[in-house]
Amino acid sequence: MCGIVGIYYKNKDLSKHLGTMLASMLVQMSERGPDSAGVAVYRNPVGPSSTKVTLYAVDGDYDWNHLRSLLTKAFNADVDIEVRVSHAVVVTNVPLQELRAWLGLKCPDLRIMSAGSTIEIYKEKGAPREFVERFALQDIQGSHALGHTRMATESAVTTQHSHPFSTGLDLCLVHNGSLSNHNRLREQLQHNGIEFQTDNDSEVAAGYLMWQLHQGASLKQALNSAIRDLDGFYTFAVGTRKGFAVLRDPVACKPAVLAENDDWVAMASEFRAIAQLPGVEQATVWEPAPATVYSWGEE
Amino acid sequence: MTQFDLARDSVRALNQRLHESPEGRWLVLHPDGRHCIAAGVDAPVEIGVQGHVGYYCAGMNKQAHITIKGSAGPGVAENMMSGSVRVKGNVSHCAGASAHGGLLIVEGDASARCGISLKGSDIVVAGSVGHMSAFMAQTGRLVICGDAGDFLGDSIYEAVIYVAGKIGELGADCVEKEMTPQHRQSLADLLSASGVEADPGSFRRYGSARKLYNFNIDHASDY
Repeated sequence: MCGIVGIYYKNKDLSKHLGTMLASMLVQMSERGPDSAGVAVYRNPVGPSSTKVTLYAVDGDYDWNHLRSLLTKAFNADVDIEVRVSHAVVVTNVPLQELRAWLGLKCPDLRIMSAGSTIEIYKEKGAPREFVERFALQDIQGSHALGHTRMATESAVTTQHSHPFSTGLDLCLVHNGSLSNHNRLREQLQHNGIEFQTDNDSEVAAGYLMWQLHQGASLKQALNSAIRDLDGFYTFAVGTRKGFAVLRDPVACKPAVLAENDDWVAMASEFRAIAQLPGVEQATVWEPAPATVYSWGEE
Repeated sequence: MTQFDLARDSVRALNQRLHESPEGRWLVLHPDGRHCIAAGVDAPVEIGVQGHVGYYCAGMNKQAHITIKGSAGPGVAENMMSGSVRVKGNVSHCAGASAHGGLLIVEGDASARCGISLKGSDIVVAGSVGHMSAFMAQTGRLVICGDAGDFLGDSIYEAVIYVAGKIGELGADCVEKEMTPQHRQSLADLLSASGVEADPGSFRRYGSARKLYNFNIDHASDY
């Protein structure tokens, strides 16, 4: 099972509605994934000299102000922290590699959920409706977003095992399905320098796309290669800094619905997640064809 | 006409009323992709659904005539026994799966596995169908006015497929067969009953080569 959703604004004036639309889509996918929920949101891009990471603290009472003073002292750097429940978005001029190494050494109880210039990831175990309310998702604005509701079948119900996963800078993939050649592919990708945080199959798909993008492929080209190199069942929704894409495997067992009007593109496991969106009456609604890449906004 | 608004009341309440007091004509409002709308109806009622529906709409239908004024999710009219289901839009995969009787009409396109394991229903698709349609179909007819995806009729038993457009690739043990005047007449009658306009002369017929399954047509009455 699992439910996935995605929203991408063609009309950037509507980005203030992102949180509301994403929240309603996520709640509609509750039955497909009652165990945990998560979102990747693309918003508030930072400049080339800054790093933006989303951190997750296992301890609910984590002292984020203490982290700010530690970081400021260690690097003599600008540090901006915005806390959202168990997560915090940190924007700083410390280079990512150094920040990552320092966090690993000094703050072993923090996890990096996402890194890049634009992406933020929030996820937590529990029902989607609780997630939406606790994280005040309605207030979030942004250009595009992905969401996932999880029905755990192969590993524990924890926040770390929740989706979405982000493997590369600003890249995020949500997956409904299961891959069968992920172990071998993970090894190959590790040889090529791609790092993984878990043994999850969906993370391998994200790592694969990252590798393809590193090689100079466009998101569309990377996904076309994925049809050849990934074995298994999948419906993917993928976000990059500016792009949004959807792909289903050639057998197409896992459901997907796309809807597009002049203002937005929405993707969901089921139409009912799209049925609530304002402007749906003007949207073209269709089922994405198997082994066909649909993409928007990629440079 | 009885109106039932799914924005105000549940699908369970709708189906309970359709099961307990199924009379006359019904109009279901705001389906919004919900699942199992008008499933398990067993009465000669007319039901209109005003919008898109989710999974298994009109599943197990018996006697009722159900019109969906929108598109349908997976498994529309699955296991239908009799009556009819008309979808004005497109349908997702497994439309009419295992259906025993009645008529399913899709005015748009059907996705993969349309008529999978068909057991006697007739399905008329005005548009095209996706891959693996009529997979293991046992009996009944699948009419495709547009094109068919790959592996059409894979492992088919005694169902009959009519296709007007192109076929990606035929499935295992599925072959083109002679279109006799009787078949053409039967197709013309079915098209007429479905209200789908197409020239019966433009169709080809496909069915089982009977090499894959252990069945001898001369002993059909013994099975």
